This record gives sequence, C-alpha cells and structure tokens, in this order.
Amino acid sequence: MEPLLAITIGILVAAAVYLMLARNVLRFIFGLVLISNAANLTIFVAGGLTAGAPPLITPGAEAPVGLVANALPQALVLTAIVIGFGLFAFALVLMFRAYTTLGTLYSDDMRVAEPRPEPKDAS
Amino acid sequence: MSWILATPLVLPFLVAVLAFLTRAGPAGRWVSVAGNALLLAASVVLMVRVLDQGVVAAQMGGWGAPFGITLVADYLSAVMVVITAITSLAVSIYALTDVGGRKEHLGYHALFNVLIGGVVGAFLTGDLFNLYVWFEVMLISSFGLLVMGGTRAQIDGGVKYVTLNLISTILFLSGIGLIYGMTGTLNMADIARTMPEVENQGLVTVIAMMFMVAFGVKAAVFPLFFWLPAAYHTPAFSVSAVFAGLLTKVGVYALIRMFTLVFDGDVAFTHTILLWVAALTMVTGVLGAAAQSDMRKILSFHIVSQIGYMIMGLALMTPLAMAGAVFYLVHHIVVKANLFLIAGVAERITGSTELSRIGGMYKSAPFLAILFFIPAFSLAGFPPLSGFWAKYVLVAAAIEDSGWIIAAVALVVGLLTIFSMTKIWAEAFWKSHPEGTNPALTLMTQSERRNLLTPIAALATMTLVIGFYPDPFVTFAKDAAAQLLDPTAYLQAVLGVAS
Repeated sequence: MEPLLAITIGILVAAAVYLMLARNVLRFIFGLVLISNAANLTIFVAGGLTAGAPPLITPGAEAPVGLVANALPQALVLTAIVIGFGLFAFALVLMFRAYTTLGTLYSDDMRVAEPRPEPKDAS
Repeated sequence: MSWILATPLVLPFLVAVLAFLTRAGPAGRWVSVAGNALLLAASVVLMVRVLDQGVVAAQMGGWGAPFGITLVADYLSAVMVVITAITSLAVSIYALTDVGGRKEHLGYHALFNVLIGGVVGAFLTGDLFNLYVWFEVMLISSFGLLVMGGTRAQIDGGVKYVTLNLISTILFLSGIGLIYGMTGTLNMADIARTMPEVENQGLVTVIAMMFMVAFGVKAAVFPLFFWLPAAYHTPAFSVSAVFAGLLTKVGVYALIRMFTLVFDGDVAFTHTILLWVAALTMVTGVLGAAAQSDMRKILSFHIVSQIGYMIMGLALMTPLAMAGAVFYLVHHIVVKANLFLIAGVAERITGSTELSRIGGMYKSAPFLAILFFIPAFSLAGFPPLSGFWAKYVLVAAAIEDSGWIIAAVALVVGLLTIFSMTKIWAEAFWKSHPEGTNPALTLMTQSERRNLLTPIAALATMTLVIGFYPDPFVTFAKDAAAQLLDPTAYLQAVLGVAS
C-alpha cells in the first residue's frame, strides 16, 4: 500500500509544481490545492498504514484489543484539511479581487506594489 | 501553575472577541489597548516566574507529555512574549489614531489581537503540530490585515505574500508528517529525545532542510524573502509596524528552537548552510535597501538584512553567538516596529514616504527628528545604542570562532546600513520640503499627537535603556543561550525526567 500511495503523492506534487510555476495565478491556486492534498497524504502515510480495525475500546476494557488503526495521523490530517480549506478559500477570493482591481491574472503584470524603474532616456 | 502560561495565550483571543463585538463604536479600540496592557502584565508575571524557577511547563487539559499539548516557557520564549506584548501595546495605542473608519468597522482590532494571540502561541507551544496551528492563526489574520482597505498596491502585495507563505506552510506540514512517522511523537521535547535514536540519520537531515526552507520563508532569509519587500510597504502603518516587528521574528524563533533542540545532529552540514544563508541575507537585504527611495521600502529591505544577523548567531552555535542572536531579536523588534511607526508620522505631516517628495522635518519637527535618530542609528549599530551591543556581541562571537569572513560581512553590512539611514536622515529630515511647506508636528491635533508619539517615545526610551544599561540584557541573553544549547532543563520541565 505504501509504494502505491508514495507514487500517488509524487504524481500530485509533480503536477502541482508544474501548475505553480505558471504565470497565471489561477493555475497557481490549483497547484496549491494539489500540493496541500499531497502533504495531507504524506502525513497519513508517514503515520503508518495499518489495515486494522477502528481504534475503539470495548466497554470495560482499558486498551483496544488486536491491531487497530492509528487515530492520530487522521486527526492531524483532518485539522490540516480544515485549515487548508480556509486558506484556499481566502486565496481564491484574493485572486478574484486581484483580477477585478488589477485587471490581470498574470503575475508578471502585477507590478503595482513594486513598479519597474522608469526607463532612462536613450539620448 | 498552568494559568501563568495559558493567560497570555487566551487573553488576546478574548480581547479579539470583545473588540469584534464593539467594532461599531470607538469602544473597540480602547478594548484593544486595555487588552494589550493586560497582556503585558500577564507576560511580565510569566517572565518573573521563569526568572525565578527556570523553564516552566504546563500540560493542557491534564494530558501528560508527550500525549497532550504542552505549553512551555524558557528564557527565550518568555522574553519573546514580553517583547510581543510591549510591541502590541505600543501599536494598539498608535492605531487609536492611525486606523479608523472603515477598517475599524471591518474588524481591524479583532484581527490584530488574533494575530498577537497567534504570535504568543507560537512562542509558548511545546508541540510541533500546535506550532503549525499557531502559524496558521497568525497567517490568516495577517492576510486579512494586509489587504484590509483593498487598494491596488495592497492586493498586488497581498498576492505575493499569500502565495509564498502558503508554500512554506505546506513544506512545514509535510515535515511534521515525516517527523511523526520517524519518531512517533509531536512533542518537541520528546522529538529531541528520540531523534538521536532514529536509524536513518540522513533522512533527519533531509527533514531538517525542509524545516529550514519552511521557516526560512517565514523569517525572510535569502533567497526566500521576496514576499516581504513586495508587501510590507502597502498596508496601514500600524499593520506594517507590527508585521515588521513580530512576524519574521517568529520565523527566526522557530528556526532557533528547531535547530538547537531537534536538528542538532548534523551541525556541520545544516549550520554551514545557515551561515551562508546568513551572510547572503545580510548583503542582499542591505543592497536592496540602497536601491530604494521610499522610507517604508528601505526599512522593509533592512528587515531582511537584519534577519541575517540573527541567523548568523544561530549558525555559529557558540554560547556567545546564541546570546548575540537572542539580544539581537529583542533589540530588533523594538527598533524596527518603532521605525515603521515614525514613518507613519512622517507621512502624516509631510504627505508621503517617498524621499524625493518630503523633507524639512529636522527644522520644523525636531522632536520627531530625535525620535527617528535613536532607532535609526541603533539599527545601524552606533554606540552606545542597543544595536551596537547586539552587533558587538555577534562580531565578537564570530571572531572568537575564527569566522573572519562572516565577521567582515557583518561589519560591512553595518556600514551600508548607516548609508541607508543617513539617506533617510538627509532626505526626509535635513533638506527642506520640496514644496516649501513646514511639516510641523502641530499640523496634527493634540489627541493625534498623544496617540502617535507616546508609543514612539516609549519604544525609543527602551532602545536607550538597552543601550546605556546593556549588562542585565546581555547576562539574560547569555542565560537564554545556555538554556538553548543545553536543553536538559527544557526536557526535564516538559517530560518530567532527565534525559
């Protein structure tokens, strides 16, 4: 299971990096979604995959019996998904605002905060 | 016991809720000021306790380490919380005048206090995943503060700030996942204990590099700093002051914490890279500043340059160098926040921060000129101001360690900093105003003067105090460095056993 997921993560990261290198910020956002999912999967895989039962404790017992899944990576991934979703929503709105106020989606043309120095006269 | 650690953390969030509820009227801003005054009191109580007992730790919710979330304060954490509270109090007073109307109605004060809460949380937590959460709290509120107002320049700077910081976040998160996979724990002290037992030490170094890049973006080191000069000159002055003072320093703090506590297995490799990064950060920052002609842009590039000095202290890893880094952190936060606040006053009375369009403040506003002189030349390292001692300790540490090149770089960058500061001095203060106006402080109403100049004067006084009585601060920094380099007390406080 690990090799399969590792390859999946690799493909996700590769696609994400390709998208994030684009000048179009919308593509960048899509790349960001992919790479954050790759990060979540990384946590999940690194935490150890167990094909066990859910980590439930039977009434009266002190500890779960037999092989159970590790609940902590799942909790971490859940937290990361929620936070990532919030950040993604903000980034999407920001890019939309950038499009409406700056009139472009190309990061090369976004030079309002750092304008290019004015060209010197050739003469 | 645990309330001492939890109070400075919970307080900003309570204040944020109150400030949000009262944002319609002028009450919201006073809630923010009062809340930050309480935060200062709480942080001083924590500081006294830490000075008294050494490292203080508390397990949240009664879950013992390493299972629950630990809050822990050693000397470095405690002093960072105190300095955060001082900065946030100063900026919240400044914001009484600087931020008003629409921004206030949108919830500026609430976001500001959430930001402070995130910063304090990052300083106090002893859990890696919790550190990630505080970074996110800080990040999302800083996004809001940065683009609040929605001018073209703000949106433009915001896009760059948001994108680069999100990449750093993802690297950080992946690193956490891999560390958990390797050590099976997220408690920083527990990771430090189990890290040497990991079989594949090469992989540890790989993860260390992931953390170096992730925190390097936050700390704005070369070559990862480009979001900073793109964004920091665009928002309200109180926002850029608190960003300049605190946000990058959280990145530096995280680097110091991780690379003294956890990633100290392959110092020859990681810390050599850090040393190169430090030198290049200093040089590129100061050269970038020399090319700028806007007060806030010059100051933004100087943040980058100064971060290099702190990283240099960490990279050298000797007791004296670490002490220098701690001293530099404290000195820098006070000075840098103050310079941005002064830039705000300068803009208010002269109409711009672009150096070619302003001037005449030495003649018509000599008080402001003195207030500028203190932090500006402290930043450049003039004796006997605080920056001189910070640079002195670091250069002495470099020479002691036979790091001639890094010592030379530090000295040359100090000289170039003087060049930038004299440029601002000559253009904004010395020459007369190009339009022939007299930019006097009396152009502002009395309450504006009170709100804007009180925090500036207070921070300048702190700079003077650190400058004239450096002994207790240097001693404290040395103690903090000793704690960082020998984490026995830290592990003992968190885990309850000596390792």
